[in-house]
Amino acid sequence: MKNSLIEPQEIPSQGNDILTASFKRRSFLQYAGAGLAGVALIAAGCKKEQVSHDMGEGVDLGSGDIGILNYAYALEQLEAAFYAAVIQSPYANMPANELALLTDIRDHELAHREFFKAALSSKAIPALEVNFSSINFSSRDSVLGTAKVFEDLGVSAYNGAGKLIQSKEYLLLAGKIVSVEARHAALIRDLLENGSFANSEVIDMNGLDKARTPKEVLTMAQSFIKTTINASSLPS
Amino acid sequence: MNIVNILEEIEKVDAEVYERLNPRRAAMKQFFNFGSKVAVAAVPLALGSMFKKAYGQTGTAVAVEEVLNFALTLEYLEYYFYQQGAATAGLIPAGSPAVGAINTIRDHEQAHVNLLKTAITGLGKTPVSFTAGQFDYTAKGTFPTVFSNYPTFLAVAQAFEDTGVRAYKGQAGNLVGTPGVLQTALQIHSVEARHASHIRQMRKAPAGGGVSALKPWITGANDSGVPQVDPVYKGEDNLIQGGVNITSLGFSSNAATEAFDEPLTMAEVNAIAGLFIRK
Repeated sequence: MKNSLIEPQEIPSQGNDILTASFKRRSFLQYAGAGLAGVALIAAGCKKEQVSHDMGEGVDLGSGDIGILNYAYALEQLEAAFYAAVIQSPYANMPANELALLTDIRDHELAHREFFKAALSSKAIPALEVNFSSINFSSRDSVLGTAKVFEDLGVSAYNGAGKLIQSKEYLLLAGKIVSVEARHAALIRDLLENGSFANSEVIDMNGLDKARTPKEVLTMAQSFIKTTINASSLPS
Repeated sequence: MNIVNILEEIEKVDAEVYERLNPRRAAMKQFFNFGSKVAVAAVPLALGSMFKKAYGQTGTAVAVEEVLNFALTLEYLEYYFYQQGAATAGLIPAGSPAVGAINTIRDHEQAHVNLLKTAITGLGKTPVSFTAGQFDYTAKGTFPTVFSNYPTFLAVAQAFEDTGVRAYKGQAGNLVGTPGVLQTALQIHSVEARHASHIRQMRKAPAGGGVSALKPWITGANDSGVPQVDPVYKGEDNLIQGGVNITSLGFSSNAATEAFDEPLTMAEVNAIAGLFIRK
């Protein structure tokens, strides 16, 4: 089900001339840029449609900035579920400093997830079902190896999504989160191999971190998510 | 050439293009009526004058150039700092992993300098230029042992990296009109955050100063243990994101501030960087 209430309003029978097009875009921005509280207000009354989210072609992230925020929310759900499981059953002989650091990261990811959920309100996608069958939570290598994949992937996802965001407010919020993900990524890498925080696996000759499109990211993430994610309405 | 398509392309990156071009819709319509009547060859000319009007004073190109030169200044500040540190005998413990880490960071900052110089030149603008001698890493005597005391060197490094993260974050909004530049800036931004994470771990180690409370992420306001760098962490204790108080979602103040890094304005960053630039 599309989030029709935040889509540009159709203007009946005026053809597709440029003035109409600009009006449609402007009315969309007016809504999308109204801030998080505004989004929640506009979304009121949409609840009936939410039930059909998880049917047919999977969970639809939606379009525009809301779609990108839901995309971020999906990734934060994945990370939060992972670290919650890590702390619930720590791998054998987890040193105290690793337990403290991984607990911090869990709390950050939970905070990101709960923030998106609160901010998106009724425009939020439902809770995703994860699939961690490939992870051995009793193995340090498996846990930290997976953490490395998730953190590097998260950084590249935000780096690639920034230019798809229209609202400066949302762009800044994404910026506030991505640097924390990068701090996590560096730490996890250093736990696996000291000094690998920003090695040539992730940083290119120009000193740039990776940036991935939502399609690339979701292809990589989908094996860890049971729920099918439909990103077809995301901006590109 | 299809002017409607061009405008739509611009609209994707600059939603206000129609407002910039002319706030009055009637006048816009007039323009397109005019455009459809003139010869195709004349359109680029008309288009050029239209955009000059729209972007003339506060034009996108000027703003982007300013952001890039601002970033370049910071990258020079960082690059010469690490270059000098790495070249100072006895500063970084020989044979320790710190040598490789500092070299890695130095090389990234150098790559950023080169990339930004190329980008600015590509815009037809002049990149700012600095030599090592133009920087005073003691910050006029605040850190007199910056190149003789390893923990002090790392403390200043942490301040630079955390400032860099905040500086790029603060400029993202000014780059929405240039998606390619925005993405590149974000790709530098996260590298600075990786550096900050590692430097903080280095300071935590006994040789780096043994700042045991320090984490790879920023807790509260100034968690560096160095009161002289308070401006670097101003506002990092913010708990409210997008109107949502994160502690109201059941998180501690520490977790709430750690989970979100905060931006600095260009003026705030310039004030910090200015302490290290000789007049």
